[in-house]
Amino acid sequence: MLRHEPLKDAWAEQRLFNNRIFWAFTGLLLLTGLLISRLINLQVVEHQRYADLSHGNRIRIQPLAPTRGIIFDRNGIVMAENLPAYQMVLIPEQVSDLDGTLDRLSELKLIDEQQRQRFFRRKRGKRSFEAVPLRYRLNDEELARLSVHRHELPGVDIQAALVRSYPLGSTAVHVLGYVGALSESDLQRVETSRYAATSHIGKIGIEGQYEDRLHGQPGHRQLLVNAQGREMDARGEAREELLRNRQEPVPGSDLILSLDSHLQAVAEAALAGRRGTVVVIDVNNGDILALVSQPSFDPNRFSAGGMSNEEYLALQNDIDKPLFNRALSGTYPPGSIVKPFIALAGLEYRAVTPDHSIFCEGYYSIPGNEHRYRDWKKEGHGEINLHAAITESCDVFFYMLAMELGIDRIHAMLADFGFGQPTGVDLPGEKSGLLPSRDWKRGAFDRRSERIWFPGETVITGIGQGYMLVTPLQLTHFTATLATRGKRFKPRLVTAFRDPLSGQITEIPPQELAPVELADDRYWDDIHRAMGAVMNTPRGTGWAVALGAGYKMAGKSGSAQVFSVGQDEEYDEEEIDERLRDHALFVAFAPMENPQIAISVLVENGGSGGRAAGPVVRRVFDAWFEEHRQ
Amino acid sequence: MIFSEAEQFRPNRALSFAGRLLRKLCIDGPMLIALLLLAGAGLFVLYSAGGQQVDLVLRQLLRIGVALAALLVVAQIPPKYLRMWSPWLYLAGMLMLILVLVTGASGKGAQRWLDLGLFRFQPAEIMKLAVPMMAAWVLHSRRLPPDARDLLKLLVIIMLPTILIATQPDLGTALLICASGILLVMLAGLSVRFILLAGGLAMGALPVLWHFMLDYQKQRVLTFLNPETDPLGSGYHIIQSKIAIGSGGVFGKGWLNGSQAHLEFLPERSTDFIFAVLGEEFGLLGLLSMLIAYLFVVSRGLYIAVNGQDTYCRLLAGSISLTFFIYVFVNVGMVTGLLPVVGIPLPLVSYGGTSMVTLMVGFGMLMSFQSHRKLLPT
Repeated sequence: MLRHEPLKDAWAEQRLFNNRIFWAFTGLLLLTGLLISRLINLQVVEHQRYADLSHGNRIRIQPLAPTRGIIFDRNGIVMAENLPAYQMVLIPEQVSDLDGTLDRLSELKLIDEQQRQRFFRRKRGKRSFEAVPLRYRLNDEELARLSVHRHELPGVDIQAALVRSYPLGSTAVHVLGYVGALSESDLQRVETSRYAATSHIGKIGIEGQYEDRLHGQPGHRQLLVNAQGREMDARGEAREELLRNRQEPVPGSDLILSLDSHLQAVAEAALAGRRGTVVVIDVNNGDILALVSQPSFDPNRFSAGGMSNEEYLALQNDIDKPLFNRALSGTYPPGSIVKPFIALAGLEYRAVTPDHSIFCEGYYSIPGNEHRYRDWKKEGHGEINLHAAITESCDVFFYMLAMELGIDRIHAMLADFGFGQPTGVDLPGEKSGLLPSRDWKRGAFDRRSERIWFPGETVITGIGQGYMLVTPLQLTHFTATLATRGKRFKPRLVTAFRDPLSGQITEIPPQELAPVELADDRYWDDIHRAMGAVMNTPRGTGWAVALGAGYKMAGKSGSAQVFSVGQDEEYDEEEIDERLRDHALFVAFAPMENPQIAISVLVENGGSGGRAAGPVVRRVFDAWFEEHRQ
Repeated sequence: MIFSEAEQFRPNRALSFAGRLLRKLCIDGPMLIALLLLAGAGLFVLYSAGGQQVDLVLRQLLRIGVALAALLVVAQIPPKYLRMWSPWLYLAGMLMLILVLVTGASGKGAQRWLDLGLFRFQPAEIMKLAVPMMAAWVLHSRRLPPDARDLLKLLVIIMLPTILIATQPDLGTALLICASGILLVMLAGLSVRFILLAGGLAMGALPVLWHFMLDYQKQRVLTFLNPETDPLGSGYHIIQSKIAIGSGGVFGKGWLNGSQAHLEFLPERSTDFIFAVLGEEFGLLGLLSMLIAYLFVVSRGLYIAVNGQDTYCRLLAGSISLTFFIYVFVNVGMVTGLLPVVGIPLPLVSYGGTSMVTLMVGFGMLMSFQSHRKLLPT
């Protein structure tokens, strides 16, 4: 074979080249096969997974807030509802000069400095195309002002939203409570997914207690979004799919309260301008007909989200404590109100008979002790029996009776009525009051010398002073038990749930508690008679209250000491500081023959129970019996 | 073998009008049809990917027109002249590369472009063709397979522009230019043992390379290997692209219905990731059709290479065809997550200018080789 180094062997080169092209083509086919297998893997084998991912990419689930349940009173009058309100919102991406826009809104007096700060807080974490609320509720005048200047304020928009509204204003605010903006601490308490679309939550009162029922279940809708999360228009099949997957929210349950809003308003008006409480209960089922705590406030300020910190602080720091629900959370010495209960204990334990009388000389001393426990009537009541002792509210009689009974038996009887225990009403914040006993005292004090129960403490317990404390709600509850001769019902506010869609009402049966049982039922008659005499005889402390009423009532006045008077001092209402005056108390039930309702009235620093609290009892009873003639 | 194909050279009168026209214009019919199909399909996908802007499609159409004109012009030039101009083009390209490097040093970030007043272009684009042309020119007069001296010369010819372009920095283009040169040398008959040895050495060097890589470079490789670890950073492209293709399934979501593209989840959807848009809207069938079209173009190019009249034509045609395939493979590999994201557009389909002209000029050369053949080798 010839070898010509410099010469090209065209044939060999062509063969070599063809060979290389063949291998290159083979490699190329292999690589193409690799690509195709990759495509098959992505588009056939794992198609479903990627389809789901693609779906998840573009579909965002937007929760839909449920409509909050409506609260009705016993007569179907709306006490809390949802009204459309105009919100002012700002869409940051549409605003070129944010500070300028906010300045202009301030100039127009549509926002204040606080709302401005709050806006920046709300804006955090939102996307620039999401509307940020500036104001939750604009009034008509503000709405008009904004509309006129809208053209100068691009990016500022008006949106309609449902806002919780209390049409009766401050009426029954301590029962209803209010809703307020969902806070961080609220979010830790509730199931976050249920509140994804909700801006407000029930804070206190019925709104707080029945939050779970009122809130409802959120629904959701699906949105088509782009990579930035902005909502896009869906068309055709995609649109139908979105609509198909929409789930409507389930509105919260409506509540029907035992409250009579008219009676409530009357009671509030009767107490207007004073600090105190009125609690009215239907004695035959425990329904609370009215529950007043004065002073009060307008709950609409909370739900509208427009309350400034100053306003809230002003409410909270008000010396009269308008936010405080005195009827449930306020505890007071029961004063003379406790006398019928002590009398019942006396009868039950045979410490006294209805006819037994003692001599009242204006004070009582424990044998062997100098200390004088005074009667409110300085000169004394003279010869007096149980009936008259209740009617005239003789203190000495009950000092003696308490000593006769001893603290243990007093405790036993009052515990049966529920003293010292919460009534179990369906409102948050109820206090249990205090029913003192030897046991309690052993546990309540640190100093050994204070852990012993002293006889003197028994003495003053007989007239409802000392350690004993009750809430106004308890007072009405106990009075109702007297009225029903021992039958007890748990006080309640919600009597039925109403399905807002079907209108179907589910009644809740009244809950009976363990009754107070006496050895002899005639003891009840004795007490009824005595409490009737309080109202219906001229010697009774409530004579002026019941004078001329078209129905017969039974009651008991009382006053609770705020400030203890020294041994030799005179208690003079005129001279004492208003806030150190006694609290005026009055409890009553009516009609006597067939009791329907029971009431307790407390007027803080009102002085005499008959004079300050009695007229409120009369006005409330009159209003009730005007409507409920027998 | 060469003579057996002579029957293809039928006399003019035996051809249809279209055939005669193509013959007159020195155009290879099958390849032109495949190129037009790809570019045309690309316009449809671009219309969808670009958010249905007619404007965008028109601009791309204009580019295609310019590129086709360039193809037509180049196809007329006899291979002899192309060969003769090769070293001058290479030199001119190298000069411009150096010029870009010098002038670009001042204006940071814009070191790829050369501003000639009327228009700007990337000298790297010239080198895409100039490097294989130069290599083919060198080997044309040599005996094949090349000896060590030739190989050394070729190494310099290939690596010089590669390094210059890599420092621009445009690593993707640099690697492709390097690949086009190496492919040419391999076609020229580089010994198989040498190829295997180099390949083995490269594999062996990988762990060593890893050891010397900077942290961010390692991170980039890791992201490629497992994009889910960095779903919002560099992994985002790959994840969204795979979602687009995978969710397309066999039949696709339909033209203009790709949610990944239209809702802007897919990045670079008109340019580097346009293949994913096609996959989402036309499914596996659409992608396979496109791959087959590409494969046809490459096969036709290799056929032209095999039929090449001299070493220069054969080597250059083979290199251009295989490099074209590498473009497609790298882009599809990147979009489907097989290869790291390197920023190589899908040839003929991705939106963009200069590379389209370069590609068409390359195909023009292939057509020139095919149409200027004489029956017998000289």
